[in-house]
Amino acid sequence: MNIAVPIKFVPDLVEEMEIDSSTGKLDRTFMRLVPNELDEHALEQALILKERHGGTVAVITLDTGDVDEALFTAVAKGADRAIKIAGEGYAEGVTSHACADLLAEALKDGSFDLILAGTQAVDDLDGSVGALLAAKLGIPYVGYATKVVEAGGKVVATKEYPGGLLAEIEVSTPAVIGIQAAEKPPRYVVTSLVMDAMKKAKIDEAEGAAAGLEGAAEITGMRPPEAGKGAEMIDGDANAVAEKLVGILKEKGVL
Amino acid sequence: MAQDVWVNIETLRGEVTEISYTMLAAGKAIAKGLGGSLRAVLLGGNVKGLAGKLGAADSVTVVDHPALADFNPDAHLLALTDLAKKGAPRAFLFGQTASGTDLACGLAAKFGFPVASPCRTFKVEGGEILFEAVTCGGKIIADGKLPGPTGVAIVMPGGYKPEEAMVGGSPKVDEASPESDLGAARTRFRAYIEPDTSDVDISKIPILISVGRGIGQKENIDAAKELAAALGGEVSSSRPIVDQGWLPTSRLVGKSGKSVKPKLYLALGISGSPEHMEGLPSWETLVAINTDQKAPIYDVATFGAAVDVLELIPKLTEKVKAAKG
Amino acid sequence: MIQVESADQFLKQVSGSVAEGERIRLCIQCGSCSGVCPFGLWMEFPPQAIIASLRAGELKPLLDTDSIWLCVSCYACTNVCPAKIPLTPGLLSSVKAEKLMKSSVPTELQDALVNARKYGNTVGESPRKRADWTADFTVEVPILAKTKKPVDVLWYVGDYPSYHARVQQVTRATAKIFKALGVSFGILGPEEQSDGDVFHLAGERGLFELLASKNAKTFEKYEFKEIVTTDPHAYNTFKHEYPKLGYHFPVRHYAQFLHAHLNRLRSLMKNKLEARVAYHDPCGLGRANDNHIYQEPREIIEAIPGAELVEMGHNRTTSICCGGGGGGMWLDGFAWEKAGTRTSEWRILEAVAAGAQILAVACPYETPRFDDAVKSTNHAKDIVVKDIAELVADALQG
Repeated sequence: MNIAVPIKFVPDLVEEMEIDSSTGKLDRTFMRLVPNELDEHALEQALILKERHGGTVAVITLDTGDVDEALFTAVAKGADRAIKIAGEGYAEGVTSHACADLLAEALKDGSFDLILAGTQAVDDLDGSVGALLAAKLGIPYVGYATKVVEAGGKVVATKEYPGGLLAEIEVSTPAVIGIQAAEKPPRYVVTSLVMDAMKKAKIDEAEGAAAGLEGAAEITGMRPPEAGKGAEMIDGDANAVAEKLVGILKEKGVL
Repeated sequence: MAQDVWVNIETLRGEVTEISYTMLAAGKAIAKGLGGSLRAVLLGGNVKGLAGKLGAADSVTVVDHPALADFNPDAHLLALTDLAKKGAPRAFLFGQTASGTDLACGLAAKFGFPVASPCRTFKVEGGEILFEAVTCGGKIIADGKLPGPTGVAIVMPGGYKPEEAMVGGSPKVDEASPESDLGAARTRFRAYIEPDTSDVDISKIPILISVGRGIGQKENIDAAKELAAALGGEVSSSRPIVDQGWLPTSRLVGKSGKSVKPKLYLALGISGSPEHMEGLPSWETLVAINTDQKAPIYDVATFGAAVDVLELIPKLTEKVKAAKG
Repeated sequence: MIQVESADQFLKQVSGSVAEGERIRLCIQCGSCSGVCPFGLWMEFPPQAIIASLRAGELKPLLDTDSIWLCVSCYACTNVCPAKIPLTPGLLSSVKAEKLMKSSVPTELQDALVNARKYGNTVGESPRKRADWTADFTVEVPILAKTKKPVDVLWYVGDYPSYHARVQQVTRATAKIFKALGVSFGILGPEEQSDGDVFHLAGERGLFELLASKNAKTFEKYEFKEIVTTDPHAYNTFKHEYPKLGYHFPVRHYAQFLHAHLNRLRSLMKNKLEARVAYHDPCGLGRANDNHIYQEPREIIEAIPGAELVEMGHNRTTSICCGGGGGGMWLDGFAWEKAGTRTSEWRILEAVAAGAQILAVACPYETPRFDDAVKSTNHAKDIVVKDIAELVADALQG
């Protein structure tokens, strides 16, 4: 099976999210962009499938500025190909629709049996890339999958419902599967192997159209959540907090 | 038709899911603002009987077909496409769920409808539909406009009380048959895999000591278990803990786990992302312990303390035991 | 470093990996290493057995087990080996490296490695917050990128001393001492990267070299006479590993630095301690790289008015590791499942048996580890853990 894994670069939530007051959008000055966590799971699932059934894995991403290391890391983990698409406006942030459009353009030659993408990304404001990509390629989509297995020329995705309920959905390929979690957590790859990949592997470069805003609703502004009532904060060190909590728990009839 | 709102009703094993009611409540508000009507779209197998639960809507369109009995993404998408071809509404609401998102994007892309997600609340002002979306792990709210002629909105829970839409009523019911051959769908539902019920059902436990990434190492969960035992409760967790295999899925609170309404929820090292908070529709007391003062959970918690979870747990356990004597 | 295919290839790789690595061929299978190892009993292949297996041409069984992760790089084996084989930095870290190459590593350690790669610290916090401990603090701590002035001491703070709530207390105590002594110092703050000692001993040499090159580049931007470290691990990498990469900087651990100023400190320390203090020799100052720095920290403690130094059964070269080295800081869950024991707990029991009321430490992993062990052994009423810096700062007048 030839599998493609699109990687979306998203803001790292470890850093503070700040709003640029002049644009009303996210301030990207100190923003660190990292691969979407669920896309890392998608890559892991793809590598697991490759290990089981053979085939190839290609990772593909829009060049938002600092993507090479992530691509080489994917190669060091076992991906056969890495592709980055360069174009206007990508570094400033790209909607899911634009992302899907650009990926569809690059993947439309149909050389992939399966596309695994994270079922959502932390900064999605107009749906998820995987689902949109499937529609643009005219192939089926199943999201919220935690397992993908090959089954006689098709694949079976295990879809996750609330309460721990799962459902097996058979899908004809080519298809896009939205990954919620890989069968195993994403594997580690040693720095020396990534350095090797940086020396030996090549990233395929492609040109993409300028990123547009079509398909997304208009965002008029961004803000931090309302301060609102918020939590009543308890001051002091762990000991003082523990003491006060016991008092609170007694008051609430828990103790 | 032009100012109407449609809601894609989700069912799971013969029951209308809670998000459907959240959407009906949202849809009702939007329809009112637009001066249009609210239509519930109900796809399934043998589901006509459920139309009676959708009294919050003005009308219900039922598409009843064996191929739609259990959620089958491609078949459901075909049926919805057939409906939308005949005339699409001003706004079409879908749940941000395993049954909703697959369809929302597919349908939107097919017709070129713009998409907004994940929307928590809506307002209609000057004939425009405004929405509030929660993004970046709950740290940012994005405000936007849902453009016409048809806009697709993927709805997250929390902005409306589902109970408001759980009303009886006699909406006008009409039936539609899919025109496409649903047998040609490229996906097929095979089977359900039942959850493991051997563990405790955390939705029935009033006191939950919940651990998140802030717990650090697996071994620290033992201390949390001791605290839970001292309080007469149980341990639960957010997604990362379950993904690591440190606790079974039965302990997961959140989108893909259990929905809980505890008396006491002690959130240890949990940031309060929307996916987790989805599993907490209500609580009596929520205490959040997280050294990140900007963690979204502090916006909704009853009490909070920015102390180290690993320092607090043993001290709290000690004092609880002493208090119980 | 490459993924090895045979036992012989592995032996060759180990021989070439560190100075004197070829001494591995002189192993007489005495078993002293396995015997002195705090976790030897639970390793499927303690050091002696690793060598025996390799000599027998058996590589696969060795690499199929994960018990190598019980090794906390405490150098006890290296210290006791009659053939003077560099077991810790050569053999054991090579086995860990092979495991990492196969992506076989316990999750918690993986997270620490990934965090260090992404953020330059093992705790996964934003590098921009690395100097947050200096806020709301009575001592002004110059950050070199801002002050740009030459200093005598570039104080290398470290990951845990910067970000961990308990260890930040030690960091602030250290700053107070520098102020009292009138030391001209500065810190790197957000520019500081992890010293990487953990990674080089846990088999991630590539990560170590990457971080070292970043730190070295940053050090070169500033004018200073020496580096003083809070952490023995940082002391080791700057003194013994950085030079191998071509980065030469004079360095002392803060205990050596304070010892050099002991007469001045003596005159400034007026507050009485009145306690029996046992000093725990950190592996990093003691056995590692034959540093054998045992006297200076003891003399500092003895200079504190009212402090009575007592010795634990294991001390100096036989000191028992707190369990935090070589990745151990993140492998407690793993070690607990395998061994059901904690070296940090043994140490607390030893300290209590020696009659100590205070366990004095000099390494940032030790404070939180021993704090936990005091609780888990139920000796909170008998003994308290303090870094030497905290004891000295408390003794200072004002």
